[in-house]
Amino acid sequence: MIAVIDYGVGNLFSLCRSLEAIGQQPVVTGDPVLLRQADKLFLPGVGAFADAVEKLRQTGLDEVICQEAAKGKPILGICLGMQLLFEESFEFGHWKGLGLIPGKVVPMEGVVPAAYKIPHIGWNALHTPQGATHPLLASVPDEACVYFVHSFYAADCEEAVIATTEYGAVLTAAVAKGNVMGCQFHPEKSGEVGLSILKTFCEGSW
Amino acid sequence: MITKRIIPCLDVKDGRVVKGVKFEGLSDVSSPVELAEYYTKNGADELVFYDITASAEGRTLFTDILRQTASRVFIPLTVGGGIHTLEDFDRVLKCGADKVSVNSGAIRNPDLIRQAALRYGSQCVVLSADVKRVDGQFRVFGRGGRDDTGMEAIGWIKRCVELGAGEVVVNSIDTDGVKEGFDLELLAAVCAAVKVPVIASGGAGKTEDFVELFQTLPGVDAGLAASVFHFGEIAIPQLKNALRQQGILMR
Repeated sequence: MIAVIDYGVGNLFSLCRSLEAIGQQPVVTGDPVLLRQADKLFLPGVGAFADAVEKLRQTGLDEVICQEAAKGKPILGICLGMQLLFEESFEFGHWKGLGLIPGKVVPMEGVVPAAYKIPHIGWNALHTPQGATHPLLASVPDEACVYFVHSFYAADCEEAVIATTEYGAVLTAAVAKGNVMGCQFHPEKSGEVGLSILKTFCEGSW
Repeated sequence: MITKRIIPCLDVKDGRVVKGVKFEGLSDVSSPVELAEYYTKNGADELVFYDITASAEGRTLFTDILRQTASRVFIPLTVGGGIHTLEDFDRVLKCGADKVSVNSGAIRNPDLIRQAALRYGSQCVVLSADVKRVDGQFRVFGRGGRDDTGMEAIGWIKRCVELGAGEVVVNSIDTDGVKEGFDLELLAAVCAAVKVPVIASGGAGKTEDFVELFQTLPGVDAGLAASVFHFGEIAIPQLKNALRQQGILMR
């Protein structure tokens, strides 16, 4: 069973429909019992880091996620969900994340040149390290574009980076540390390329 | 680097696409769902659904159509038309819209933009402005381009972005339907005034119009059109190839 973690943040409609389109029957739930039973977890998220992490704490889902991750359960964080996997965030303050992947979330402002618009919205190309494509991205053609919407990005996480994108600066696009993975972009909004990444995650063994 | 976006716009009334559409291989040319799928397979980077229904029944049909489309099409969907309250935002977002565009609703109540941006994030709130020259000034028009609001357009757009609009669709009434190119003068003024993505609308008649748009105004992020795509006058895959050959980044 594939579970989409529902903690009251963001719109889960598109993610669920895209999972159905690749033959899955996702269960949307905030119930720790179901999340512990699930084979794989999706951690979605849109909005502010502080709100999201607070909601995870209030519901106790932060511990559930960390315990399941420690047991080896595959987890895919999407957009803000990916950012939550890191140790800390500097989005309008300083907040502690789930700490499943070393690194921090920082503003793009001051990193990308002033002429670049923030948020980074639109289709941008994925770059993967030469000759060492992570299995999560095995189906992704070279330089394929995916859809991004974000103003903050993950930094100081070199060892976990499996794809980057270029926007006046090199930005983290996807990360993985063992069974814990994340995409800054929205695979559920990235056409065929995005669906193939979701399929790889759902069907792969990690 | 980020690519420029090509966005077909579908006007939907009572659950059907309004303008006649001629495409081979489409069994139902006025089905918004089929048309959305067709465009998605043929290189559209995003779709805009514009609800021009007046009745409550039509509105229900529209959300059904939206839900069906969002269940089959996995690129960003923007919805506009009839958005006057936060409940309207909620209604379309729950059916799979990613962004919601406001026009007359924002003219009536600019604070709607601020409230929506607070609740859903700026990335979700698109300002759509219908602009026409009056007495040598860019003016904002409301109610589908029928009413002169008397407001100067660039100032209005700036104000809406400050309130939280994360993207701006600039529709030039002067060039709309003329098919002789986008309103570069107006678009240049908007690009100079705001730092959020700018989507050009109104005036596309041929491939060269898009080339001229992106070459003249690097600040424009996307080109939106309806009839030239629907009538097959411009095919999106060929358009994107032509733009690529001119060095403009395309997905």
